[in-house]
Amino acid sequence: MAVVTVQLGQCGNQIGFEVFDALFTDSQCSQGFCSKRENEAYQASCTERFFREENGVPIARAVLVDMEPKVINQMLSKAAQPGRWKYDQHARFCQKQGSGNNWAYGYSVHGPKHAESIMNLIQKEVEKCDSLSGFFIIMSIAGGTGSGLGAFLTQHLQDHYSNALKMNQIIWPYGTGEVIVQNYNSILTLSHLYRSSDALLVHENDAVHKICAKLMSTKQISFRDINQVLAHQLGSVFQPTHSAECSFHYRTNPLGDLMEHLVPHPEFKMLGVRTIPQMSETSLPYSTFTWNGLLKRLRQMLISNAKMDEGIDWQVRPPLPKLPPPGKMCLNREQHFNTSLANLLILRGKDVQNANLEGFRDPALYTSWLGPADAFSAWKTPRAFNRYERSAALVSNGQFFVRPLDAVVGKAWNMFASKAYIHQYTKFGIEEEDFLDSFTLLEQVVASYRNL
Amino acid sequence: MTQSVVVQVGQCGNQVGCCFWDLALREHAAVNQKGIYDEAISSFFRNVDTRVVGDGSSISKGKIRSLKARAVLIDMEEGVVNEILQGPLRDVFDSKQLITDISGSGNNWAVGHKVFGNLYREQILEKLRKSAEHCDCLQCFFIIHSMGGGTGSGLGTFLLKVLEDEFPEVYRFVTSVYPSSEDDVITSPYNSILAMKELNEHADCVLPIDNQSLFDIISRIDLVVSSGKLGPTVKQDSLVTSSARALKRHKKPFDAMNNIVANLLLHLTSSARFEGSLNMDLNEISMNLVPFPQLHYLVSSLTPLYTLADVNIPPRRLDQMFSDAFNKDHQLIQADPKHSLYLACALMVRGNVQISDLRRNIERLKPSLQFVSWNQEGWKTSLCSVPPVGHSHSLLALANNTCVKPTFIELRERFMRLYKKKAHLHHYLQVEGMEESCFTEAVSSLSALIQEYNQLDATKSVPVEDVPRLSIAV
Repeated sequence: MAVVTVQLGQCGNQIGFEVFDALFTDSQCSQGFCSKRENEAYQASCTERFFREENGVPIARAVLVDMEPKVINQMLSKAAQPGRWKYDQHARFCQKQGSGNNWAYGYSVHGPKHAESIMNLIQKEVEKCDSLSGFFIIMSIAGGTGSGLGAFLTQHLQDHYSNALKMNQIIWPYGTGEVIVQNYNSILTLSHLYRSSDALLVHENDAVHKICAKLMSTKQISFRDINQVLAHQLGSVFQPTHSAECSFHYRTNPLGDLMEHLVPHPEFKMLGVRTIPQMSETSLPYSTFTWNGLLKRLRQMLISNAKMDEGIDWQVRPPLPKLPPPGKMCLNREQHFNTSLANLLILRGKDVQNANLEGFRDPALYTSWLGPADAFSAWKTPRAFNRYERSAALVSNGQFFVRPLDAVVGKAWNMFASKAYIHQYTKFGIEEEDFLDSFTLLEQVVASYRNL
Repeated sequence: MTQSVVVQVGQCGNQVGCCFWDLALREHAAVNQKGIYDEAISSFFRNVDTRVVGDGSSISKGKIRSLKARAVLIDMEEGVVNEILQGPLRDVFDSKQLITDISGSGNNWAVGHKVFGNLYREQILEKLRKSAEHCDCLQCFFIIHSMGGGTGSGLGTFLLKVLEDEFPEVYRFVTSVYPSSEDDVITSPYNSILAMKELNEHADCVLPIDNQSLFDIISRIDLVVSSGKLGPTVKQDSLVTSSARALKRHKKPFDAMNNIVANLLLHLTSSARFEGSLNMDLNEISMNLVPFPQLHYLVSSLTPLYTLADVNIPPRRLDQMFSDAFNKDHQLIQADPKHSLYLACALMVRGNVQISDLRRNIERLKPSLQFVSWNQEGWKTSLCSVPPVGHSHSLLALANNTCVKPTFIELRERFMRLYKKKAHLHHYLQVEGMEESCFTEAVSSLSALIQEYNQLDATKSVPVEDVPRLSIAV
């Protein structure tokens, strides 16, 4: 089943390019550490899911949308390298003037004006799929187009493709801004997406930046470097894996399976991904890992809320089996123990069937009302990803984002209390009540996650 | 891609404008090696086939034939505009886009605003409409003028109201040159205050500049370059001389100063014209830097001011560029942003600089800056890959900061000194439509603005307290 990607705004388009590039490079990689037959099945599955063929050239199943032309033009020409993949030249929607970092402009002006044309382009791409699994919508939440137009479009996709799943890949901006009104744009986007999206896979710029600095040892980190790490993380989740029933076939509906496992309750839609190992290309040949080593570290990353494989706090432990009295609950929070609602572990590489997953089946990791039998699942494939002999990705629905979300809501609230910049939003029809609605919804989300 | 139209009014406006167009041509010539008319050039220039007469002459694609600036030149004296039309840039300007008169405004805002405003309203409208028609998607008007004289100040601000009425969706960015305290025009305080009221009410964004600061910057560069202190790594090229390479150095003292302002405008629009990993369009400037409609005065600083011979600048030099941007000696008005309160700050970087360099410097400089309580971490950043001519990287910092206040307060004081004695007032009052109330209203408008800045400054020493959040019943 195919996934159609909608790339929105500068961020969405720049990242989308790196994602398709990473998926393509990995699928073409001959160093899969597995049998030739396995490799071919993997390749075929990946290609069907993310690309379609036209005259022997793979075309990404994507629609590129931006309100100004520079970035899309750049991405289209970057992709058209000989012997690699391409974008469909017609699957693009562009205007002349951007959204000015204004959520209201993206949502209330660009949205209604252009939704129909964009939906037509998406429909064309959907028609070229044998069967549609769902949509990726890649967008930032700090700017104007990705965030505002993205929120509007997701709603439209909800209305028109009610059977298809929508996963929004949202890019969480740096804490010390890229855009001054990013907190406003973020809360407006998140509250709207919460109502119309099926899942939000959150990627934090700060976290990925640190991965580049510490793990990849990149000296002068550019957005390209950041986007490539992000693409690696996404690829390690969405490249093909064996289906549960039969380990000779590749899973056909990853999106559906993922949503089923990770979003058991509509109030909890925020997902995060951690991958291990992560290192620069030059270090790769010199490193070997065991599944035990990798999984132990990944588990500790999960429970201590570490975003990368460095500086992990090994002091944090899950609470003891018997229910602690209410007073003791605070102790866990102080230790920053991260309770999960649901976890999906994806393992790729050599002797993956020998990996011991018991650590992730510990009921102490999960909330009281959903035990590990329902909350935890694992996908595997012996085919290695991106030349990492063994690698694991963990997609988690848990308390990862309580703190960042709380911080953004807090900053937005402080700014809102002073009424700064509000005139820029009311100019385009977003009133104070709309802000208040967003705040209310998000405070609810924070509270729900806190109480897991 | 959008287009912008530059409207240059008065002697100062036209002289700065001239420098701007010269620099813009050089920049595009350096970037656009193939001579194809692309979207970046079209933001400021039209491509015209001069063999064709009339409206059919515009060409939208293909090779560059003849570039015409998207500009309207207005002056109530002929001297400056004539000089431009006889100089090396004569072919860049469309002779139909000029409005001139003979007598000048006599350094009298009332003459510029009321007399010439009314006289030339229709013509102005017609030229503006024409230039707008030539644009696919007009985003912004850049108005360049001085505050102290009569034409730039009076007619220039009259224009603002016309633009607001006729093109309400198009941004109005005003580059205003404020009179320094040693200004030789006696009535400059009157002109400036009367113009300020218009800027308060009808401009989207104002970039105040003052001659004294520009002069100080030029002097400092001259001193360092001629003393040879920086050693052999310093080229004799700098922001100052980059456009005057063809001419004798320092032909006129104002040339170097105007060049800085021209660079400012080019830099401001660079991220909208050229590619980069984090673009910033012009509409994002007012969105991010104007938290309340009246507070739209942005203090600017451009660094570095001299080029260095090395191509790969080691991080220390790069970091120096960021530090300098916050230094009071680099600001284009007499202001000290570090010791005042920031409402918002934008850093627009050009050249081979990556996000990590930007972030490192923000982290490094943040502790020494004071931000308003509701925007403690608010930075607007942009990265444009194309550096300016003759540099490998450069930085434009735009700050909405209470450090503009002293400039306004001083202006008001100079105004009051004249007004109390009713000095030269009759020159103004004898113009039809002018009354004393024009003056009193203008001063109260300025006072209200100063009061807003005062209130913000008062919050400086108050510890930041979080506003209580909504409580949710779980």
